[in-house]
Amino acid sequence: MKTESSQGSTAASPYRYTVKADHLVKKFGGIVAVNDISFEVDPGECFGILGPNGAGKTTTIRMVYGFSPMTGGSLKVFGLDISTDWRRIKARIGVCQQENSLDPELTVLQNLEVFARYFNIPRKEAREKAIELLTFISLDHRRDAPVYELSGGMMRRLVLARALINQPDLLILDEPTIGLDPQSRHQFWQRLEGLGKKGITMLLTTHYMEEASRLCNRLMIIDNGVILAEGKPKELIQKHVGRDIIEVAEPTRELRDYIRSQHLNHEDLGHRLTIYCEDKGDLYQKIARDFCKDGCLMRMATLEDVFLKLTGRDLRE
Amino acid sequence: MSAVPRARISRRFIRIWQRNLTVYRKSWKISFIPPFLEPLFYLLAFGIGLSGLVGKVRFEGSEISYVAFIAPALIAISIMYNSFFETTYNSYVRMYYQKTFDAMMATPLSLEEIITGEIVWGATKSLIASVIMLGVISLFGLLSYPECLLILPLAFLGGMAFGSIGMVFTGMVSNIEMFNLPVFLLITPMFLFSGTFFPLENLPTSAQDLALALPLTHLANLARSFSSGRIHLSLLWEVGYLLLFSLIFFLLALRKMRKRLIK
Repeated sequence: MKTESSQGSTAASPYRYTVKADHLVKKFGGIVAVNDISFEVDPGECFGILGPNGAGKTTTIRMVYGFSPMTGGSLKVFGLDISTDWRRIKARIGVCQQENSLDPELTVLQNLEVFARYFNIPRKEAREKAIELLTFISLDHRRDAPVYELSGGMMRRLVLARALINQPDLLILDEPTIGLDPQSRHQFWQRLEGLGKKGITMLLTTHYMEEASRLCNRLMIIDNGVILAEGKPKELIQKHVGRDIIEVAEPTRELRDYIRSQHLNHEDLGHRLTIYCEDKGDLYQKIARDFCKDGCLMRMATLEDVFLKLTGRDLRE
Repeated sequence: MSAVPRARISRRFIRIWQRNLTVYRKSWKISFIPPFLEPLFYLLAFGIGLSGLVGKVRFEGSEISYVAFIAPALIAISIMYNSFFETTYNSYVRMYYQKTFDAMMATPLSLEEIITGEIVWGATKSLIASVIMLGVISLFGLLSYPECLLILPLAFLGGMAFGSIGMVFTGMVSNIEMFNLPVFLLITPMFLFSGTFFPLENLPTSAQDLALALPLTHLANLARSFSSGRIHLSLLWEVGYLLLFSLIFFLLALRKMRKRLIK
């Protein structure tokens, strides 16, 4: 990959933020999908947007890459205004859309070459770049295969390669590993980590917490079009749920009384009780000994705990 | 918002045209067959089977053979079919099933350029079909050279007209089956009643007026004039009609597609 020279992460970059969204609003008819959100993406970082289905993640990033016009607010990418400088901005962005939009009428290599033309990349340069990218995603042996012969994981990697054809300064990934098996997902993450090390700025939406923890330097959790929390993954965990979690199945009345008397930060789900704490093991020992015989465990808090605590446990359909 | 967002159209639309050409070239041998065989079948069926019954037909004051009468109309019909079916069924598949437009919109291309590229590609398919048909019909000695070569720019213009109207429907239908409506209510009646297989004068006067409002009537008439070498100034009216028709439906197509896809 020879993308380094064009990265926005260099000290000489003329803009402070790769993406700067101010009071972004998006309405579809009477429905408010994105309700006054502001955020910044720093050059060189991977910024995640987390949220349940229908939270407004895709709507937000579609505005960032100029696919959807905004209803209100302002949006700058590379210091340029998306509503006037959309073409210059789009020329420097790579997008992995959620739905598979590979061209089924073309081969693997043609998919990259035809896409390169959309960016006015000269033919010879496009061919070289395409072959380089096929090696990067380990698909060079399938270059003349029709796209529909590829597996789901291969297709996602090809979508990634296609998003990199213009050597973008910003890579936008909309739920990039949705529907992939664990092997393909880890393969995909490795590639993204490789790109991150090269300094490429990434904006990612996901509802896989593992993906967010692993890839994102910073993230925000949104729901119903508003930001619920923003920060580094570890800080968010520390701030919202603490370090440890004690989970109790079928909690007894006595346990509930004890928790209330001790003013412990907890969540009662009826058949299950979650205690958020900063524990050295004493609390766990006491609870395990006095209040439950089995079905009691202590574990490290994860981003998923933060997510569920903030967005609730109701089904999103 | 204005109907023509001028800043959103540049010659980059050629990239979409190139994409379609790349796909077309993979199967051109098959794509070449219909415009090659269709005039052969029609000319054989009508020329051998029907012209004995029909005899001569009057066109612009002189008698011409029935085969010479329908041959240019076959080209006009093919111009209509090639662009209309390209920007309806084929564009719809690319837009809805293949998400091709979505992918393009994540690049420096605008929606207007994508739609323009699609319509111009439809017109190009009309042009390709006309070239092949001119070749085949020439073998029957039914064309007057060099005037008949004017059919080539005419094919592109007609392709823009029918490609634009097809794209308007693509911007409106809720599923692909709904294209049956314009096909049976618009395309098929035009195919039959636009002075294609019999002179307009054979229709009742009111039906003649209706036929004169249809673009295929003018396309067929121009093709007939060009192929028989009868060039005169009054044809400019018909060219003007097709130009205006193309422009109106082109702008309408951009508007409908913007409404459909920009959310």
